[in-house]
Amino acid sequence: MDRIDQYFGIHGAALALRSERMELLASNIANAATPGYKARDLDFRALLAEPAAATLATTSPRHFAATPPSETSPVRYRLPVQPSLDGNTVELATEQLQFAETAVRYRSTLAILNGRISTLTAALKGE
Amino acid sequence: MTLALSIFDIAGRAMSAQLVRLNSSASNLANAGAVASSAEAAYRPLKPVFQTLYEGNSGRATVGVLGVVQANAAPQRRYEPGHPLADAEGYIHVSAVDANAEMVEIVETARQYSNNIEVLETAKSLTLETLRLGR
Repeated sequence: MDRIDQYFGIHGAALALRSERMELLASNIANAATPGYKARDLDFRALLAEPAAATLATTSPRHFAATPPSETSPVRYRLPVQPSLDGNTVELATEQLQFAETAVRYRSTLAILNGRISTLTAALKGE
Repeated sequence: MTLALSIFDIAGRAMSAQLVRLNSSASNLANAGAVASSAEAAYRPLKPVFQTLYEGNSGRATVGVLGVVQANAAPQRRYEPGHPLADAEGYIHVSAVDANAEMVEIVETARQYSNNIEVLETAKSLTLETLRLGR
């Protein structure tokens, strides 16, 4: 692994994941009035615990290349507190709460990255 | 057709869909109590039909308006022989607009529109902060 990648650690990937989660939550908020829409969210725990995709070795030219099963998708349906009659499972209170939380977490990841970058530049300049 | 959605597209399209909904509610309210001389000519309430537009199976989705349909609520038939628009039998046809339901619809639409604005503002400030990363 690249030294600089190592230096930034998990935070670069965390920033990307948080922005992806915000897009999902924005989709839920956008579809608050669409009948039949099922709210979705990222399962962060599953994402963090994600093992390296297992691949089957092909030891003979007659073997098929196996692709990892697609049910490892980290996107999950949200369980509504009180489902509505039109089949829509968006609960605005939940979605807004999660969105605000994700925005704050995104900001904190940004702050951590900023701190690391300024440490790095300070070291480079020798000030 | 595959869509490529950013958070700005998602919120922007949702806002335009809510605007269509607001416009139809406004038309319905404006025509509440409108009178016609036949059941066919009477105003019928407009209802937008929303549909989720998915971006492949990435989980991202926005909303689009499939169309605006006329509700098949029959206009009210009222006996008013003195009315200038009364038909040969003395009846007028009043549009079947439920003013209370339309008001509720407008309040809900306004709330959801401002929710999307909130999403847009947050996304914009976070994007700008990300651009300033390391400065």
